Amino acid sequence: MWEQIRANKRNSILLLMLMAVVLGALGFVLGMAFVRHPAGGLFGVAGALVLWLILASISFSSGDQIFLAASKAVPVTKKVHPQLFNVVEEMSIASGLPMPKVYIINDPAPNAFATGRSPESASVAVTAGLLGKLNRDELQGVIAHEMAHILHRDILFVTIAGVMLGAIALMSQVFLRGMFYRSMMGGSRRRYSSNSSGGGQAQLVMLVIAIACAILAPIMASLLYFALSRRREYLADAGGARLTRYPEGLASALEKISQNTIPLESANKVTAPMYIANPLQKKGMKLSNLSSTHPPISERVKILRGMGGASLTDYSQAYQKFSSHKSSLTSVTALKSDEPVALRQGSAAGFVGRKKQARNVGDIMRKVNKYKFINCDCELKMKVPPDFKANAVKCPRCKTVHKVK
Amino acid sequence: MIAMLILLAIIVAVILAIVGIYNSLVRLRNQVDNSWSQIDVQLKRRHDLIPNLIETAKGYMQHERGTFEAITQARSQAMGAKGVAESGKAEGILGAALGKFMLTVEAYPDLKANQNFLALQEELSSTENKIAFARQSYNDQVLFLNNKTQMFPSNVIAGMFNFTKRDFFELENPEEKNVPQVKF
Repeated sequence: MWEQIRANKRNSILLLMLMAVVLGALGFVLGMAFVRHPAGGLFGVAGALVLWLILASISFSSGDQIFLAASKAVPVTKKVHPQLFNVVEEMSIASGLPMPKVYIINDPAPNAFATGRSPESASVAVTAGLLGKLNRDELQGVIAHEMAHILHRDILFVTIAGVMLGAIALMSQVFLRGMFYRSMMGGSRRRYSSNSSGGGQAQLVMLVIAIACAILAPIMASLLYFALSRRREYLADAGGARLTRYPEGLASALEKISQNTIPLESANKVTAPMYIANPLQKKGMKLSNLSSTHPPISERVKILRGMGGASLTDYSQAYQKFSSHKSSLTSVTALKSDEPVALRQGSAAGFVGRKKQARNVGDIMRKVNKYKFINCDCELKMKVPPDFKANAVKCPRCKTVHKVK
Repeated sequence: MIAMLILLAIIVAVILAIVGIYNSLVRLRNQVDNSWSQIDVQLKRRHDLIPNLIETAKGYMQHERGTFEAITQARSQAMGAKGVAESGKAEGILGAALGKFMLTVEAYPDLKANQNFLALQEELSSTENKIAFARQSYNDQVLFLNNKTQMFPSNVIAGMFNFTKRDFFELENPEEKNVPQVKF
């Protein structure tokens, strides 16, 4: 675990440096392409570095807020979903971390993510679909996985990487478009002003390089980002199993999540690596292995179910046995300090049918939207929208009048 | 002169070592106390939840007076327990009584549908989980502290400044203890 934390901190700094170099190079090429003078290149570098500074400070100070807002996550109180709060509190006790802030995303697709700069400023967000579909043990498994991300400081790295990747993708889009219009205009202009042919050729070469860079930079950045996030998912699974001492909870939660066919609406390519399961993957669709941010769920489930105990050693043994990768997950030194952890029994969780699950999801979404719930004595549950003006409502079944508080 | 310097260096090194060991002992003791207060908060919460739970369940389960009495008795014993070892024993008995109660609840579908009861049940099972998770970290820290107070050279300093061994928090399950003995 300590090794993981150190690696994440180091990688965060490395990534920031790498991004500075990439941005600087991109700025230089673009500056040269536009101005055709070394001063232009320098100007491009300076501009890129200023941009980098702004980006770095944004991702440090409010990267988590950007992600939460982009995912349409709403902060909730314990009243909205007591079980979620209890489970988060249990996991914060188990991991010895402070209690993170809790958010709900009003979406029927089951998924979850954690973000933040440090454990002290961490947030956990889950979708209404997840809360409605999972039982207590499964929810605990998912929260434990997110808690492990916080514990390993994955959240810092992923938040920084996400902001950087998003910015690079956006910028190269802007430049590609700008280049396109410019070359159209430039082309028509060149017909009248007679440029020296050598200068024109140099500009052409520069243009090609600029376009190549603008295309390549976001691809390179996302490749790096995605390659790193797969190992993180395995390690967070291992950490989660260790926290709950009940890998079956997470395994069956992952299974339920993978059966989902609705894509998560507020997720996009940049936020996807943060979630517990890829929110963009539709059923039956195979993403190419290289760009996939998450290891296949079937493999993760198999590893979790193959664990003989709940320690990291047990997980890495199961990993070697069931995953398609032959390399080992962690270093030998990390396993040396690992202590054995016994598995525990799951709690007796009742089976919840599909219809009930769908109703649960609806109820949670209404609660997040500040609907009021009134239970009538005839066992009818009335859901009163927040903009309901009258102060009393009549039960449509037994005609009892209830006060709206 | 050189001998004096070496002697001085040795004395300084010894003092520094003593200060370091003393500080680490204090840190460990504080961590143990802090972990214990975590458990204590959850135990109090459990004791507070039980009367509400029984009050809600009573209306539905008139024929289970024995179960209620067992829980109430175990609760008052657990609340009066002093010290970690004794409290662990009493809490174990209380936990077993609650477990038995939860099994009997299965036979009362009306109670299981009661929203109030469900909320209380969720709180109680969460409290129970929190006790279990907090116990883990408490026991880990007690192990560290006990090792330090018993192993050389830290045991010397521990003895000088009165650092004592602490008890583990073990929840005793009375049923597990009364395993029938098989004789051949």
